[in-house]
Amino acid sequence: MTRAPQTRRALILAGAAAAGAALTAGASGLLVPAKAAGLAPTPTMRGGANNYRPGAALTDRIGGGGFLMTGTVRRAGDGAPLPGVRVQIWAHTTEGHERDPESHGATLTDANGRFQMDMPQIVPAFGQPHGHLAYDADYDDNGFETVFLRPIMPSSRDTTLSAHFVLKPA
Amino acid sequence: MAPARAVLIWAAVSVALVVPVAIAATSPQLAWREPVYIAAGFAGVVSLGLLLLQPLLAAGSLPGLPVRRGRKLHFWVGIALVTAVVIHVGGLWITSPPDVVDALLFRSPTPFSVWGVIAMWAVFVAAVLAAFRRRLRIRPQRWRLYHIALASIIVVGTVVHAMLIEGTMGTLSKAALCALVLAAAAKIILDLRSTILPARRKA
Repeated sequence: MTRAPQTRRALILAGAAAAGAALTAGASGLLVPAKAAGLAPTPTMRGGANNYRPGAALTDRIGGGGFLMTGTVRRAGDGAPLPGVRVQIWAHTTEGHERDPESHGATLTDANGRFQMDMPQIVPAFGQPHGHLAYDADYDDNGFETVFLRPIMPSSRDTTLSAHFVLKPA
Repeated sequence: MAPARAVLIWAAVSVALVVPVAIAATSPQLAWREPVYIAAGFAGVVSLGLLLLQPLLAAGSLPGLPVRRGRKLHFWVGIALVTAVVIHVGGLWITSPPDVVDALLFRSPTPFSVWGVIAMWAVFVAAVLAAFRRRLRIRPQRWRLYHIALASIIVVGTVVHAMLIEGTMGTLSKAALCALVLAAAAKIILDLRSTILPARRKA
């Protein structure tokens, strides 16, 4: 095989290919053990618990509704959907601040581990349109560790937002 | 300075300061906020505007306000800036204490908080240094270096903070005001360069 003259472009391409391969290998290296150990639990997000109100009542709808929060709750490890898990949802909406009691409501997951909440339109608060969700071990008998989520809406014009829990047995 | 030019400069500065506030005042988000939150937001908008005035006053660039008078006003605008920052942070604290505590402790999930908090501390340090400038016997050249270093942190921190936020300000007017604030600060730093840095020997 004849040796092609090493051009700068070839060198950069080779370097990029090597870096890509290394990244892929590194990423799969990270993924494989995670898969072997099963689905990893969702960590609590920064600021997720802000303005949480422990024990908010179960409700079909927060305020007048019009915005849909959806999500799933699964078990860490085998990823089994968890029915009957209590999830609290709150946000700054067109009807109230995060701190207002009427901005909070709780729901239970269905047989497939899914939940949804009809709630007022979320509006940007503290610089970002975002929601809050909680799985609080103190208000649920399924025995998992408490997790707080704070998902951000890609656009403040969105009328839905979803967030997913993978819970770890306490 | 020719009167027409003076009028034009003042008109331009007034437009740069008033338009962003006026646009923020028409934001639909105001309908969903309590008065304290609204006041906190406007204090932030006003702070950004004051940052445009500060370098122009310090440099004596505004018609009718040559360096001596400009710096006197620079002092008062500085006090107004500290007040606006206190109202901004205080109002946000009343609106949502945990979010402000997170920001102040540098553990906020929002990427813009850290820039705002750094700018806030730089404003406070600049104000304290200014208050004790005589007692600390800071020499003029040193003073200028410290003050401009802090001002740079304030300007960059505030501009990044403002640009990353989805708030009441209009995107375009916010970007334009931020560009003017950066340009005014850059201009005075370049103009004063020779008096800030130690003299360089000619090759």
